Amino acid sequence: MKERTIFTMKAPYREDYEIKGYSFGKGDPAACILGPLRGNEIQQLYICSQLVKALRELENHNCISSNKEILVIPGVSYYSMNVGKRFWPFDNIDINRKFPGNDYGETVGRIAHNLMERIKDYSYGIQFSSFYTPGDFVPHVRMMETGYQNTSLANLFGLPYVLVRKPMPIDTKTINYNWQDEMTAAFSVYTNKTSVIDESSAKQAVAAVLRFLTRMGTIKYESHSGFISHIILEEDLSNVVCETGGIFRGLVTPGEAVRYKQPMAEIIDPYVGEVKNVIRAGTEGVVFFAHTDPLIGEGDIAYQLIHRLHE
Amino acid sequence: MIENVVKLQLPVHENLLIKRNRLQPEEGKENRGRISIVTGAHGDELEGQFVCYEIIRRIRKNPQLLRGTVDVYPVMNPLGMDSGMRTLPKIDMDLNRMFPGNQDGGMMDKMAAQLEASLLGSDICIDVHASDTFVKEIPQVRISDEFEKMMLPYAKHLNVDLIWINNTATDHEATLSYSLSKLGVPSLVIEMGLGNRINRKYGLQAVDGIFHLMKQMGLWDGEEIKTQTPRIVTNADIEFIRSSESGIFVPYEKNYGIVRKSDVLGEIIDPLRGKVLNRVKAGYDGMVFTMREHPVVYEGSLLARIIKGKEAAS
Repeated sequence: MKERTIFTMKAPYREDYEIKGYSFGKGDPAACILGPLRGNEIQQLYICSQLVKALRELENHNCISSNKEILVIPGVSYYSMNVGKRFWPFDNIDINRKFPGNDYGETVGRIAHNLMERIKDYSYGIQFSSFYTPGDFVPHVRMMETGYQNTSLANLFGLPYVLVRKPMPIDTKTINYNWQDEMTAAFSVYTNKTSVIDESSAKQAVAAVLRFLTRMGTIKYESHSGFISHIILEEDLSNVVCETGGIFRGLVTPGEAVRYKQPMAEIIDPYVGEVKNVIRAGTEGVVFFAHTDPLIGEGDIAYQLIHRLHE
Repeated sequence: MIENVVKLQLPVHENLLIKRNRLQPEEGKENRGRISIVTGAHGDELEGQFVCYEIIRRIRKNPQLLRGTVDVYPVMNPLGMDSGMRTLPKIDMDLNRMFPGNQDGGMMDKMAAQLEASLLGSDICIDVHASDTFVKEIPQVRISDEFEKMMLPYAKHLNVDLIWINNTATDHEATLSYSLSKLGVPSLVIEMGLGNRINRKYGLQAVDGIFHLMKQMGLWDGEEIKTQTPRIVTNADIEFIRSSESGIFVPYEKNYGIVRKSDVLGEIIDPLRGKVLNRVKAGYDGMVFTMREHPVVYEGSLLARIIKGKEAAS
């Protein structure tokens, strides 16, 4: 394992900002694994750390394939993490809305540019990401429909689902979209937590990445073959919308199968404690996303269901 | 008439409301079209508050002169403005990077979609911004070069110092003005002043411009207002001065208006060591139209923008 400095920048009052990477093996840039880009992605940081640990052990046992190099960058967002912020601490800019960035622009754009320059030549790009609304997902691989997306490759992670999203204007400056633009096969891996650590799904994510790297011939590793992924289009997910604001009492969790009209959540009046609304499944399916915040507003998405799919 | 264009129930006790004030010609008078004035997408940009007040005040003073519908939206991000926060509270997203919204998305996606839907049918939309808390701007209109032909004739009437035709479209794709323009509603962005402040002079200048535009569009029968002819620039005409160091920026007193090449605009200092890290100089003769106000800078922080050239400096 070699420690690499990807980018450094002076700060007025903190120790220099430094993006660190860990490389394994030598040769062609095979796979780059990118950890959290936001300060609240603690689960993603943890997964990356466990992956570094696993790859180090594999390298010590000569299990990195010859002429292949893997780079893991666990800590782009640590400046935000250490001060309890989600975005760049000084001006609250989201680095994952700044790609590909440029070297003559604003601070976060420069970070994005320098990071992109360093990682754009890898054949495979894997990012551990999170969504902007609070909630838990079934572990899945997510990719943008850019025309370059390759769902067959995404299948090789062996996670239960691969989700393809049609990019909206809001998506065109994300790492996933721009990595694909650079002809890197880019995958965003979502586990079921963000700001807290879930050991079980973290293990699943580490295993999925190692499985993918094995199948691509980058490492030699014996792993369970995982799932044959179900490929879903985001637009085919069925949104279960909350019709009223209140306290959210979820009754089902990601991965559970639900029947048509099955109660999925109760909305409690925050003052008098009565159940003011019961959210029911509008279709049969499997819960893909579940709102987790104890409060919910009118129009918020309480759940997303994979239509007519059973456990 | 004050109405809610968005009403969504928040978890506890209250609703999220986006209000507009619709002003219409007196009964029996012709209605020749509709202009929408929107502001407050960013909760820390307050210049538009005075603009909205002054537009409504002038119309209420002379309602007989109104010949069209004027829709005034003083705040598109009411939770942000009431919390002193630029972004949408809770999800911390920039509302002006979420358009056209999504009626099938979460609460804030729906809010953006409903807000935009309420603006469809306008003959023009003016979105008033106030830079941010970091840099101060002289009154200017910004237009994506994709819509130059559609927008420039309107922008020229707005009494601003500057029209900047910007070619970085990907920065703007998810903004309200871009999204509305794509849907056929010409939308112009006025940028002026500084976040969390109100500059009365700039506000009055912008309001004069909006009434001048309304007059040209036949929506206002008031007297002709004398306005200035803006300078029209593209990115190639502008020098962007960014910080080469991280430190504390201390501007020199004369930090707006005409500068000569090599004039010192300010210094970046190291307060711990008592050293000047960098003297920030103008690279060209020209006119400073953007200036850093927040002293803390990182490498890349915007310090100033200058319109290059002897003509600008004259």
